[in-house]
Amino acid sequence: MEVFLFYTLAAILVVFAIFTVTARNPVRSALYLVSALLGMAGLFFLLKAEFVGAVQILVYVGGIMVLFLFVIMLVSVREVQGERRANRQWKTAVVLATVLSVELIFFVVGGADVFRTEAVKQGVITQIQTANTQNVGQMLYTNYLLPFEIASILLLVAMIGAVVLARKEL
Amino acid sequence: MTETLLVYAIIPFIKIAVIVLILSGAIAYLTLFERKLVAHIQVRLGPMRVGWHGLLQPIADGLKFILKEDIIPSKADALVFTIAPAISLIPAFVVFSVVPFGPPEMFEGLLRWSLGWFFDSATVESVAQNTLASGGFITDINIAVLFVLSVSSVGILGIILGGWASNSKYPLLGALRSSAQMVSYEVALGFSIIGVLLVAGSLSLVEIVQNQEKAHLWYVFVQPVAFALFFICGMAETNRLPFDLPEAETELVGGFHTEYSGFRFSLYFLAEYANMITISAVAVTLFWGGWLRPFPNVSWLAFLGLIPPVLWFLIKVFLFLYIFIWVRGTLPRFRFDQLMRYGWKVFLPVALGNVIVSAGVLLAFL
Repeated sequence: MEVFLFYTLAAILVVFAIFTVTARNPVRSALYLVSALLGMAGLFFLLKAEFVGAVQILVYVGGIMVLFLFVIMLVSVREVQGERRANRQWKTAVVLATVLSVELIFFVVGGADVFRTEAVKQGVITQIQTANTQNVGQMLYTNYLLPFEIASILLLVAMIGAVVLARKEL
Repeated sequence: MTETLLVYAIIPFIKIAVIVLILSGAIAYLTLFERKLVAHIQVRLGPMRVGWHGLLQPIADGLKFILKEDIIPSKADALVFTIAPAISLIPAFVVFSVVPFGPPEMFEGLLRWSLGWFFDSATVESVAQNTLASGGFITDINIAVLFVLSVSSVGILGIILGGWASNSKYPLLGALRSSAQMVSYEVALGFSIIGVLLVAGSLSLVEIVQNQEKAHLWYVFVQPVAFALFFICGMAETNRLPFDLPEAETELVGGFHTEYSGFRFSLYFLAEYANMITISAVAVTLFWGGWLRPFPNVSWLAFLGLIPPVLWFLIKVFLFLYIFIWVRGTLPRFRFDQLMRYGWKVFLPVALGNVIVSAGVLLAFL
């Protein structure tokens, strides 16, 4: 059952991800991305990471995609459809894609052991976690406090940047 | 094996079917209730022709919607145009899978009686003991509150996509307004719920109600500010007056659903009313003790326990729906700049302050 669900969700994810990059209409592209993200959330639920799955939907589908659509909607579809599919940054994209594929092959060859981080090996994070959200919270505020704070500073900087960019005069 | 099948497949399926049916009926009659109530507020009679005092009006409306021609504008994006109403309606129903309408042992007796005809006593006993089967809810997950927030946020996409796919200016403007409105009010809505979570210490809606029973206190008395915020933002999230700018008929014809007709229009219509019921049910669960009777610990009020818990839940939800419609009949619509100002400059700071104060008080005194 679990294997069946995994392959179904993975198929949804991959198919819609391909649709996302191949669709000519930007709004449809966004719609496919939403479906892909929902498939991803399903995978998280399957891995018993309910908190991450719910936050995935809340943040990506409910927040980021809505803002994406907000911008895309105002762009004329006919203009965008006539444009070239690749822009000047395609060389960078090739390099990044190669690096990512090498990493992916390394993980596939390495097997499950590669994914076990130090925290898992030392038993800080155990496999069975019933109260998911509490664990995430506790981990964020104890073992991973520094990365958490760094991420929050990054967000603060981004927020100030957005305000500065949006205001005409300060 | 039969046991697993019963607990995880057959009984949930029956529950889902029954709830979808009841909810659809409730939505249909909510439209009539709204029309009658608003009519009486405005000293009119409302629908009177079909049935006694218009009692069969929803059925007539439904038939008419189905029989009308389903027009897709020629320049519209047909795929997106067709699926957008469904995207709007489905999340509203899905949320109900985690909302508890009765205590965990609600169907125990019924299960024992009905399963007794088909299975041996050991199976019946273990199924009836399982709260997933016997509980007054479809499922109880430990992230229910997050689930409600995230699923209902998907519903916005239906409105945005519908407005865009129509390829017409009024729907596009309506869709833009609604996305801006919903994104802003969702933030304050989320923060208002955190107040309850701090007190309840759980994300499961069933546990939140049980904790209210243990505390002998509905959380509205502990978190009145959070409740007020939740209710106002919930009204904004459901696009109800005074926050119905996305479909402001005086300025935008019909808003995002201007180009929709027939059955697809009725799906949007149903989605709005389903969302109203959902928000009311979640508000009742989080703040007004869900299925609990008033003053659960006062012994001389024990006679209130004669009314079954599910009825208490329904009464409370009904009161909320009444207030929703009452507000609609009373208040004028906001201007768009007022709406945005209230959302970001009033509700969000108040919600943040409420979280900080609640957390501080909890840390200091408890």
